[in-house]
Amino acid sequence: MTIETFLGLYNYWIVIFLMMTGFYIVIASENLVKTIIGLNIFQTSVFLLYITMGKVHGGTAPIIKNPIGGHDDHHDAKHHVTEGHAHGVEIFTGGDYDPATTTASSNEVLDKLLDSVDVESATEIATVGFEEDIPAHGANLAEHAEIIYSNPLPSVLMLTAIVVGIATTALALALIVRIREEYGTIEEDEILEIDRNSNS
Amino acid sequence: MIDQLPVLLIAIPLIAAPLFVLVRNRALVLPLALMVVWAVFGISVALLAEVMQNGRIEYELGGWPSPYGIVYVVDYLSAFVMMFVSALGAIVLTYAPPSINREIPLSKHYLFYATYVLCLTGLLGMCITGDLFNVFVFLEISSLSSYALISLGKTRRAPLASLHYLIIGTVGATFFLIGIGLLYQMTGTLNMADIASRVQTVDGPRTMQVAFAFMTVGLAIKMAVFPLHTWLPNAYTYAPSSVTSFIAATATKVSVYAFIRLVYGIFTPEFAFEALPLDQALMVFSLIGIFVASAAAIYQTNVKRLLAYSSVAQIGYMLLGISMANVGGLTAGISHMFNHALIKGGLFMVVGCFALRIGSVKLDDLRGAGKTMPLTSFAWVIGGLGLIGVPVTAGFISKWLLLTSVIEMQWWSVAVLMLISSLLAVVYVWRVVETLYFYLQKKPL
Repeated sequence: MTIETFLGLYNYWIVIFLMMTGFYIVIASENLVKTIIGLNIFQTSVFLLYITMGKVHGGTAPIIKNPIGGHDDHHDAKHHVTEGHAHGVEIFTGGDYDPATTTASSNEVLDKLLDSVDVESATEIATVGFEEDIPAHGANLAEHAEIIYSNPLPSVLMLTAIVVGIATTALALALIVRIREEYGTIEEDEILEIDRNSNS
Repeated sequence: MIDQLPVLLIAIPLIAAPLFVLVRNRALVLPLALMVVWAVFGISVALLAEVMQNGRIEYELGGWPSPYGIVYVVDYLSAFVMMFVSALGAIVLTYAPPSINREIPLSKHYLFYATYVLCLTGLLGMCITGDLFNVFVFLEISSLSSYALISLGKTRRAPLASLHYLIIGTVGATFFLIGIGLLYQMTGTLNMADIASRVQTVDGPRTMQVAFAFMTVGLAIKMAVFPLHTWLPNAYTYAPSSVTSFIAATATKVSVYAFIRLVYGIFTPEFAFEALPLDQALMVFSLIGIFVASAAAIYQTNVKRLLAYSSVAQIGYMLLGISMANVGGLTAGISHMFNHALIKGGLFMVVGCFALRIGSVKLDDLRGAGKTMPLTSFAWVIGGLGLIGVPVTAGFISKWLLLTSVIEMQWWSVAVLMLISSLLAVVYVWRVVETLYFYLQKKPL
């Protein structure tokens, strides 16, 4: 592993670091609230993992520049192309990009949503596997093909996971409140001590 | 209408749960909840009948075609699991009212019904969905509501047991989530059938193995496989009786189902059992689990805890069947899922009756209950015989299937160990029977 690939994967190192930190806190901490904090860090690392995998190199936020139905206005579309071009200069410096021959790919379902996908994001998507069954119809897409979008799906999944995380945290804290009412402490060893004494 | 059954199965209880919270009125919520659970049971029976007749059903949510949208898939296995899960959900809720009247403060009853129905939704959702991320979401729905249900227990240890389960369970669910993420990274899809067709099982990248490992460990926590079972005894012991009956009968079984789906539906058994040594690991852990948990059950003085340890042991039998990776073993594992759901659900309900009448589930307090509660005690005897696997009971069938396939594989040592472990079950069931029938009632002080 060269130093570049090592550094290039820095997101994943952060993910692993956070994951292990959180996990260690969960295991090692005697304080119940701290355990929950550890659990939160552990979950956050997973959010980061997903968001990292959704990032397409050079991609922008997956928001459609042309609203659906805005195609007909040719002038408007051109305007967007130039804008997109300015945006994507960096991306195409090394590429042998040719809009005429490019078979930018999309499919009907995604087309409804995404409106345009270009060569590079298509190859990026291919690495995550959509390529084979996508019918190519590049002609009308090449027009504003410069816009590269990040993959929105992992972010959407993480919104759900964040909600789940909040619910878990809220429930856990509620339970801790009840434990504190019953035992008068939130230190796990003290609670176990109290339980042992009340048994005998 | 009949086409919409798969989604109604989930939508009805999911919408009903917040409705109960809004209604609040106890007298109104109880009949509503009973209606919902029996309706859900009716739907799952209708789905099972439909599948038996016309084969696999695929329901596309919102009309989005399969690999892009979420699909609900009903096939023989999922319809079967949903049938017995919803059946037990309905039976236990019908049994619950007197028991929870005693164990849960009246002001919290509507919350009990709401979370109960929500938990049922999550369990059924895990069975029906064909989308991997959806499995995670439903897993969390069922888990979160079961944490809440467990914390309703009367003693002060209930919230603590619930919190421990929450911490371990969340770690498990997050492991499962990591696995899904890695799998998505490699295949670019979340649809289970689609993943299955893209997964490279032979000489695939190592990420695949890591994903599989994460998901297996995550589900193993939820299944309470032996070294990861620590949350289970406390959670089952301190939860209200009817909650224990429901969760013990269904939750671990649904996780076993998800595991079967993972191994046989997404990754192949060749990948799990030949490329990776999961079969040996499962066999060793399930055998150790059967022995350690059965032995621990013998020494318990609390009947609920005794049954909880016995649950850990029984999960071992199911996994033993799955780890054999042949038709006989898998059949035995799945039928044991069903039988154990019935037997354990029934036994915990019996214990709930003891708790209701005697006010305790300690062995000492149950002395002589065979005279005062003859029918309930007899129900324990029948359930206990099923747990041991005595002929003519349901437990015998699955254990017999398991034993014959073990012998077919010529694993003589495993066969011998299985028989010895059944003797351990005889001991712990007998301890309770002895207390019920052959001890004089404790004199009131």
